[in-house]
Amino acid sequence: MGKRVLLKGNEAAAEAALIAGCTHYFAYPITPQNEISAYMAKRMPKLNRTFLQAESEIAACNMVYGAAATGVRAMTSSSSPGIALKQEAFSYIAGAEVPAVVINMMRGGPGLGNIAGSQGDYNMCVRGGSNGDFHNLVYAPSTVQELADLTLKAFDVAEKYRILALILGDGYLAQMSEPCVLPEPSGERHEKPWALTGAEGRDAQVIKSLRLADGVLEVHNRHLEEKYKAVEAAEVMFENFMCDDADFILVAYGTASRVCKAAVMRLREKGVKAGVFRPITLWPYPYEALSAAAAGKKKVLTVEMSLGQMLLDVQLAVRGEVPVDFLGRPGGGVPMVDEVEERVLSYGR
Amino acid sequence: MADKILYTRPRSIRDVKTHYCPGCGHGIVHKLIGECLDEMNCREKTLLVAPVGCGVLAYNYFDVDAIEAPHGRAPAVATGMKRARKDKLVISYQGDGDLLAIGTAETIHAANRGENITVIFINNAIYGMTGGQMAPTTMEGQVTKTTPYGRDVTDVGYPIRACELLNTLMAPYYIERVSVHDVPNILKAKKAIRRALQNQLDGKGYSFIEVLSMCPTNWGVDAQTGADWVRDVMMPYYPLGVFRDKGTEEASRVQ
Ligand SMILES: Cc1ncc(C[n+]2csc(CCOP(=O)(O)OP(=O)(O)O)c2C)c(N)n1
Ligand code: SF4
Ligand SMILES: [Mg+2]
Repeated sequence: MGKRVLLKGNEAAAEAALIAGCTHYFAYPITPQNEISAYMAKRMPKLNRTFLQAESEIAACNMVYGAAATGVRAMTSSSSPGIALKQEAFSYIAGAEVPAVVINMMRGGPGLGNIAGSQGDYNMCVRGGSNGDFHNLVYAPSTVQELADLTLKAFDVAEKYRILALILGDGYLAQMSEPCVLPEPSGERHEKPWALTGAEGRDAQVIKSLRLADGVLEVHNRHLEEKYKAVEAAEVMFENFMCDDADFILVAYGTASRVCKAAVMRLREKGVKAGVFRPITLWPYPYEALSAAAAGKKKVLTVEMSLGQMLLDVQLAVRGEVPVDFLGRPGGGVPMVDEVEERVLSYGR
Repeated sequence: MADKILYTRPRSIRDVKTHYCPGCGHGIVHKLIGECLDEMNCREKTLLVAPVGCGVLAYNYFDVDAIEAPHGRAPAVATGMKRARKDKLVISYQGDGDLLAIGTAETIHAANRGENITVIFINNAIYGMTGGQMAPTTMEGQVTKTTPYGRDVTDVGYPIRACELLNTLMAPYYIERVSVHDVPNILKAKKAIRRALQNQLDGKGYSFIEVLSMCPTNWGVDAQTGADWVRDVMMPYYPLGVFRDKGTEEASRVQ
């Protein structure tokens, strides 16, 4: 068992990346994720690894692209406006099939917004946000422990599928301190015959996303589609919290799910059977599991720290078979346990 | 008696047709880089960063490991590669739109960090690939698709001199401007490129070679007129020479 320590979310994520064998970290400062950079700046030189403060998020993510293309484990982290800038590289990384890990500690938006935790980047991060037909694998941790565990896992999964794995946290998770058992290194490693290491003893190889010749890009897109199907088949993660006997299902991810769990405990004390369905991967989304969890229930309530972005995926999963309600707080607001409880009580028994 | 081979295709260049137009400078510079890699025995340790621009397909012509960077980001991609593989020879090959417009920040900061990479900058005073729009290096009065009445410097500013700009920074190790409009200059250009690559092998840091280059197609001229235009119009504004050479300390300022 790893050491049990009290860590800020940002620090836990950084340490987990180091445990995962991240040797190259590039980033540009932005609140509320600065502790990740500070942690890396302190630790990486001592481990003989590379920390570099880039001139922008655009550059940072392209540095990740370049480093990872040579076969090393590379990462960047940022928060919402910075992730918007990294989207350019996301698309190239997807097209060129380079494994990369990115952390987004979401803050309020649009624009400069504020520096409070928020969930306003679901559309940008889960549905795309950059050009072309592609997916990033998106993990949504809700505790510091899970943040550490998923950050470690992200490196393995990114390598396995040659995909970008995104940790979608928020400012509250980033800044909150919780006890956490540092994960053990998984030891998982994938061969990288595609890595650019110099054409010594083999043919020269190219990492690129441009495919101009007639039909060639379509073939590549189909190849990506196959890969995405494999990810959908194997990598879906979710938590079913007291849904089985429930009449009401709350659907929430990350910080919002913690509020929902507290509300469920209170509701159950009052004899109202509620449960929380918590997607842990946002892409691939646990459509089937949610559909099954919601079947035959009286109501589904989606709770988000936004105006309702995951809501569409919940509706897709439930397919109109159960009424879907929404409760959201944008701009750094967090739904209160009272609010959630009252909303469910308003449905009657 | 076997014939003496006077000229051959460098091993580092593939035996394929290129898409470059007649009279274009890109192909000449490819050949020079290829010859240098051969002579330095570096083909197998080279990591080439191709830009977005007419040079994007460079990886089809060089027989080396290569990556394609997003438009303007080649120096950042090269930084990531070099930081990950310090023993490799990393070359960032870029056009003027790539290096001085969309990628200005990446250019200046890679130079300012003194990244141990070699940047080859093809200045053809135009956006070649997209069909001839104004570049940051387009000459005053030059007609392009987006300056149909000639570049008006009071409206869109003056052409940017990359070597002079980078020469204000402390870190760069070597900065030189060359041209490929005629044979003597092509030979000089090769020497400069060789020098810049050797600096990297020696761990000296950032080397920058600007190459004045022809784009007859988008200048709307024939190949010879294009070469003459480099000499007569570009060279007076973009003087050739070594701007920085920390190696010899004798950075002979431009004549
Ligand atoms: C983000 C982005 N913006 C615009 C383009 C379109 N584009 C392709 S090449 C190019 C200009 C290239 O000019 P330059 O760098 O001077 O290279 P040249 O073709 O002249 O060698 C542009 C604007 C692009 N590919 N990506
Ligand atoms: S358009 Fe210009 S830069 Fe591009 S290949 Fe033709 S001559 Fe060369
Ligand atoms: Mg150009």
